Amino acid sequence: MKFLRQFAARIVGQSIRIFARAITAVRAEWKGIEPVPRQRVYFANHTSNADMPMIWSVLPPAMRRTVRPVAAADYWLKNKLRAFVGPEVFNCVLVDRRPEVKDKPMDKIIAALDEGSSLIIFPEGNRNMTDDPLLPFKAGLYNMGVARPEVDLVPTWVANLTEIMPKGEVIPLPLICTVTFGEPIHVQEGESKDDFLKRASDALLAQRPEARP
Amino acid sequence: MNSTTSDILLLAFGSFGILIALTVLGEILRARQPVHEPNPMLDTYMTRVQSWWGMVAFIGAALLLGKPGIMMLFAFASFAALREFLTLTTKAQADHLSLALAFFAVLPLQYVFVGFGWTGLFTVFIPVYAFLFLPMVSALRGNPDRFLVRVAETQWALMIAVFCVSHVPALMSLEIDGYGDRSVLLIAFLVMVVQLGDLLEYFFGRRIGRARIAPGLSPKTWEGFFLGLISAMVIGAMLNWITPFGLVGAALMAGAASVVGTFGSLVVAAIKRDKGVKDWSHLIPGQGGFVDQLDSVIFAAPVFYQLTKYFYT
Repeated sequence: MKFLRQFAARIVGQSIRIFARAITAVRAEWKGIEPVPRQRVYFANHTSNADMPMIWSVLPPAMRRTVRPVAAADYWLKNKLRAFVGPEVFNCVLVDRRPEVKDKPMDKIIAALDEGSSLIIFPEGNRNMTDDPLLPFKAGLYNMGVARPEVDLVPTWVANLTEIMPKGEVIPLPLICTVTFGEPIHVQEGESKDDFLKRASDALLAQRPEARP
Repeated sequence: MNSTTSDILLLAFGSFGILIALTVLGEILRARQPVHEPNPMLDTYMTRVQSWWGMVAFIGAALLLGKPGIMMLFAFASFAALREFLTLTTKAQADHLSLALAFFAVLPLQYVFVGFGWTGLFTVFIPVYAFLFLPMVSALRGNPDRFLVRVAETQWALMIAVFCVSHVPALMSLEIDGYGDRSVLLIAFLVMVVQLGDLLEYFFGRRIGRARIAPGLSPKTWEGFFLGLISAMVIGAMLNWITPFGLVGAALMAGAASVVGTFGSLVVAAIKRDKGVKDWSHLIPGQGGFVDQLDSVIFAAPVFYQLTKYFYT
């Protein structure tokens, strides 16, 4: 049974990847890093529920096997299908953001890093529904960088998803989606939380494909 | 095996012969290259040759499959080209439905009309019905911000990526006296003449070109243009046995397609410059996107179609 579930998870994963490629021709731009298996935290902008599957789809197989998206438990445990796709297809680190819960999100994230996984996180915390390119970052990224300073923090920009599927629309447009990976950053010695988060946010914005008129 | 099929196979083997020669040439150059000195020109050339192998294989297979194969291939090319184009155009959420209609209704319908050979419909469907109807859909959402820019850019995308591209398979619907089912060969003629003319235009332009046609837009030169045009006419004349045009007619049709193609690719270069991109996308290794690869064929197709229809049917 366990074997069957793993097999099903692989099939679903491949289908999601092929679907993403067929519709949005999603492609990776390796601007600041090489596509090699190395422990990294990919921190990305978050405008749509398709962000995470897009990043996941463009990673080469060896990197996809070791990457774990950090995602909200309340979203991925809502029904049986999601509970299968989130934890088993994407191998998500599910975190519970309610303050009364005992196992703290950061403990689970550090545990995932310590077992050697790479992570995909969305430091804005929520989907960005505003006209601003990024919301202010939450402290999580800084805490990770301080706790595990050797891990590369890679700014990852997902472009065009707002136009592919604006909020409230039903039919996705088959436009080309690009995922740009920038140069990794680290928390520097003595750097304050706010300074670091500002620097991380700027590094992410710098990965945007050049603005069009 | 009928004569059309054997002609297609002959053309395919001829193209494979040219590609083998180009591949061998590249490998010889690479073998003479010191290992530690990278040569980006040679690498680009080799990637391009590989993409051409793919193109010849795809178009050859589609021609052999006949009408369904051709329709599927060019419908997909239209889809890929439209996707590249609309990724770059100005749009707002108010256009979402009209853009979705462009992809999922206008494009398939145009190919259905072309497939059934309904000339009266596929020549006016996009310029009349799509152009009038889609802006209404956008206007109903009530966002006037940059409305004309949004509508105009969407219409250009449909014109180039769907209307023009669909005129390549539309060549099959022409009924030419004494030519019968061989009209599928017109597609091979158009694509080969324009693409080879392009290639030679590029080669001569690089070698001896001096006077730029449109400085600041493209490195194309008048010398390259004229030599490319003459090459296209010679190739057209040599391929006259697959056409109903006769020797002189084939040379003139090839020349017309080549002229429109060259200046069409200048238009595409201008759009790219305007949008600040080098290539439309990265779908074809070494060549950019479908629009980069097909720009000259895209512009030549409707003119070639109309000329053939006017003079030979």
